[in-house]
Formats: sequence, structure tokens, C-alpha cells
Amino acid sequence: MQSLLRAILSPSFAASILRVTTPILFAGLGAVVADLSGVVNIALEGTMLFSAFTGVVVSAFTGSAWIGLLAGIAIGALIGLILGYSHLKLGTNPVLAGIALNLLASEGTVFLLYVVAGDKGVSSSLASKVIPEWKIPIIKDIPVIGAILGKQNALTYMSLIAVVVVYLLLYKTSFGLRLRAVGENPDAADSVGISVHKVQFVALAISGALAGMGGVHLSMGYVSWFSRNMTSGRGFIAMAAETLGYRHPVGVFLASLLFGFADALSNYMQSLRVPGEFIQMIPYVLTLVALTVYSGRQSRSRRSSK
Amino acid sequence: MSIDKKFELLRTAAAIAVALFIGFVVTCIVSKSPFEAFSYFLRGPFTTTRRFAAFLEAAIPLMFTGLSLSLVFAAGQFNLGADGQFFIGAVAATAAGIYLNLPPVIHTLVCLLVGMAAGAIGGFIPGLLKAKWNASELVASLMLNYVFLKLGMYLITYHMRDQSVGALVSLPLKKTCWLPQLVPNTRIHAGVFVALAATLFCYYYLYRTSRGYEIRMTGQNIDFARYSGIPVLSVILSVQVLAGAVAGLGGAVEMLGIYRRFQWLASPGYGFDGVIVSILAKNKPTLVPVTALFLAYLRVGADVMAMYSDVSAEMVAIIQAVIILLVTAEAFLSSYRHRMLLKEVRQSAITS
Repeated sequence: MQSLLRAILSPSFAASILRVTTPILFAGLGAVVADLSGVVNIALEGTMLFSAFTGVVVSAFTGSAWIGLLAGIAIGALIGLILGYSHLKLGTNPVLAGIALNLLASEGTVFLLYVVAGDKGVSSSLASKVIPEWKIPIIKDIPVIGAILGKQNALTYMSLIAVVVVYLLLYKTSFGLRLRAVGENPDAADSVGISVHKVQFVALAISGALAGMGGVHLSMGYVSWFSRNMTSGRGFIAMAAETLGYRHPVGVFLASLLFGFADALSNYMQSLRVPGEFIQMIPYVLTLVALTVYSGRQSRSRRSSK
Repeated sequence: MSIDKKFELLRTAAAIAVALFIGFVVTCIVSKSPFEAFSYFLRGPFTTTRRFAAFLEAAIPLMFTGLSLSLVFAAGQFNLGADGQFFIGAVAATAAGIYLNLPPVIHTLVCLLVGMAAGAIGGFIPGLLKAKWNASELVASLMLNYVFLKLGMYLITYHMRDQSVGALVSLPLKKTCWLPQLVPNTRIHAGVFVALAATLFCYYYLYRTSRGYEIRMTGQNIDFARYSGIPVLSVILSVQVLAGAVAGLGGAVEMLGIYRRFQWLASPGYGFDGVIVSILAKNKPTLVPVTALFLAYLRVGADVMAMYSDVSAEMVAIIQAVIILLVTAEAFLSSYRHRMLLKEVRQSAITS
């Protein structure tokens, strides 16, 4: 127990939290952008999977991790647009469209993996690249903080920057104002001349692109290969992080850290002979509890404000 | 047949045709002999008796998850927990099948009930969270799917594992609980009757009871239902419990009829396939057997294609996704519907 405590309090554990938080945070930010524009994006899970796959394949064929990242982002945005097209233009329920895209991703990537790599499990036969780790000068020499923040994957830094960027986009730009207006009351937004569908399309593209970055981190940062269904529910956890984080970028960051903590803890405790299945359950159970507490408080405050 | 019904049928057929065409195009892109591959896909289940049997067997679990999702969708709830409920139902039935000592028939019934109860608990949790705290049943049920998957794997690995077998499988289920084989040399089993009984029950419940009426009202317009005095919270809760029980029953039937020892390492994914089944059936329980057969046909066809060609079976996912997108797309072919209506109006104007 003591060794566990010591391990949890160590800077390397904190660094591993940031590492596992990264994909959840990216997708969580994507969930915020989509949700605030008034479209629930349940396709985040599938988007991450498609982008994780695309990043690996494109980096293997071009020899450049960065082109792989860009391709992953582009595919993510494209899936956001497909979701937008089927919901906004064809009138499909966004949840059902999301389920369709998730199904397509979970088996479609296996299908494509077989075409490209001749394997249905992992992409190890492809010489894919990884997004490098960055060392931040000055910060890396500060004790403790340096061990946590001094050397991380480039995408981990980008995810932290993305929190600020998404915050500024949503709350400090006129586009953000329009986006929130559309999500709050599309009819009112429409009546003052905002093109509701256009705003939602852009929001879904951004949402998909963010989830795509999270997907690329999984296959080109966290590990260096693509394996079938490697997202294992992170897109859904991101939706929970969004709810728990009060649909605000900073809140989502904190909620993602909480899930990252549970995830990192489960990695750690597997060495302690606790059945792995129980530890792996922690993030999901935590989400359920958090979801309940959050919703309970929300409905109470709504009742008392009446 | 009313215009709406005719149109719905036509649109579903068109969606399937478009999806198959896209599947064919994809086959052409990846395959060296696309025509041969696709023909194996289309007639796969009819190539041998064994495969035809496999096609009928595959429809059974899809019927259960399809029925389960029809119930929750009819109530306008987005509980996607069928996947986890099916899984935990199978685990619970496995436990009852291994450890209980009961005479035949009774043992089978007890195992089915245990599976139903486990699934019902799986439906109760998100239902309660939604009814009591207004927590999104969508997110809650997705989380529960993973909880049940991990819990089930824990129970199998640490408590029911057969140590004498190298692979991770449970101890064999006692023969007293098996669902009997119906056709020799196939795995078609008496679970078919359970599935048909569940279909009739769901139809009766949804269309012939007052609770069923309340469920459908809640699904169509929850505010209207509330104002007209329907206890929507208890409707929401009870429909999810029942749906969970149906999905759990499906998992139990699959164990007693096909596997006879637990051997899944991950979710078999019937919960999400059930979404397609219920969407194609327009949430009508009586249509679920038909659409479950349809999906099973595609799945087995894809397996046969993968066996004889260079195209892998996952190709069918593309077809499935397109079907969901087009069947649920309100705007798909809506201009055609408009023309149909106009024609009808003109004709009735002439005849009157």
C-alpha cells in the first residue's frame, strides 16, 4: 500500500496521467464544440479510430509523422462533416448516425487494415512513424515540474494548448458567440441572420478534427502501431468528461485529468495482483457516478431556480 | 396499403439497394476477382446446408437484441446497453448452468431466468439514473457496457475458468440446461421458440396493453404524454428493465443453445447489430424476425465471401452503416414521397 502511495505521488506517475489524458482531452474538447453548437457527437469514438488508423497508414507511406498527423486531422474533420451532412441535410437522428459511423469505424478499419497491411489485428507490418517527444527548455530543469511537464509527446502539449484555443474560440470570438447562440436557440439565431447549418457544419468539422488528434495520439504517440478497436471506449469517456466538465473547456480538462488518473492508476495497479478487470472498470464506474452526481445537481438547481 | 407504409417499404428497399451497390464498388476496388467475391457474398448462405443453418442460427441473438432496442426506441429512449446486457446475461446463465444441480427443463428455465434477471439489472441502472436524476441514459448505458464486459470477464477468468483447457473458456455447462438441438448436424436449437415467444410477447406488450400505449405515447411526444397524465418516469424505468431482460435472455439462449461453455473474450457486438435490426423493423416487434434474418444473411454471406475470396468479412460493416444512415434519413427520397402524395390526391379528386 505504501509503495502504491509513493508511486502515485511520484512525478513520473503524474507524467503518465498527462500521457493517458491526452486522447480523452482532445475528444472531450471535440464533444464540447459539437454539443455547444447543438449537435450531440457520439461518433467521437469512431472518429478517433479512423484517425488513429489513417495516421499510421499515411505516416508509413509518406515516411513523415507530421503528414500522418495532418491526414488524421483531415479524416477526423471529414467524419464530422459526414455526420453533419446526414443529420443536417438528410435528417438522420445524430445518435443513430453516430452509431452507424462507429460501426463503420470499428469494422471498417479492420477491413482496411487487412487491405493495407494483410493483418486483421495490428499494423506492425507497416513502418509507421511516431510523433516525437518534445523537451521544453527551462521547464525541464525545474525539479518535480520538469519531470512532469518537461518531456512529453508533442501531442500532449498540443492538447493543453487546445484547451486554451478552444476556450478562446468559443468565448472570445464572434464565431464562438454565433456557435453558442445556435446551440442555445437555433430559431433565435436564425432570426438574426446566422446560418445555423453552416455554423453547425464548421463546429462538427472542428469537433472531428480534435477527436482525430486524440486518435493519432493513440496510435502514434501512446503506442507506435494501430490495433483493432484500440480506442476501447475513450470516445464515450470523452462524452462523459464533457458532461462532467460542465461543457466548458477548462472543466473538460479537469474531468479528463480525473479519467486519466483512473486510467493511469489501473495501469499501475495491474502489477499489484489486483484483478486487472476490476481496475479497468474504474474509469467507467467513475463516469457513471460522476454523471449521476452532475445530473442530480443540475436537476436540483433547475428545480430551485423555478 | 397506405401511402406512408408503401413509401417506407420502398425507401427501405432503396436504402438496401444503395448500400449493396456501395458494397459492390468497395469489393471492386479491393478485390482481384470482384464478381466472384460478391456473388459468394450474395448467395453465401445458400451454398451449403451447413451455411444455411449458420444463417438461421445467427438470426437468433439478433432477434433478441433487436427486440430489446425496439422497446427502448419505441419509448424514445437512447439506451444502448443491449450489448452489455446480452453479455452479462450470457455470463449469468453460464454460472447457473455450471453450478446448479437441477432436473432437465427446470434447469434450462432457471438459467434463462437468471440471464433475464442479469440483463434486467443492466437496464434498471441507466433507467433509474434517468428517471431519478435525469442522467443521460445514452452515456450511462455506454459506460455500463464496458463495466459489464470487464465484470463478466473477471467472473469467467477468476471463478468459472476451466483450468484443464489452454484457452480462456469457462467450465462446460451441465447437459441438463442445454437447449435441445432441433435439426441434426446443425446448431439450430430450441432457442428459436424462445425468440419467437419473446417476439409475440413484445408485440402484445407494446400494442395490446395500456402500458404499451403509454410507452409509445412517451416515445412520440414525452411532453404530451406527461400532460395527459402518463407516469413517464415509471414508463421510462419499466421499459428499460424489460428491454434489459430481453437482451439478457438472448445472451442466455446463446449460451445454452450454441456455445455450452463461455468462450468470448470480447463483446460479440450483437447489441449494436440490434440497432440495425430495430431500425429496419421500424421498432415493430413483429418485423424484427424478418430484419434479423436479413442481417444474419448479410453476415453469413460476408463470412462465406471471406472464405473464398480476397475480401475480408468486415466489408459488411460498410453496407450496414449505409443502411442505417439512409433508412433513418428523413430526407432520403422525400421528394419522391411528395410526388406519390400529389398523385394520390389528384386521383382521389378525379374519382370523387
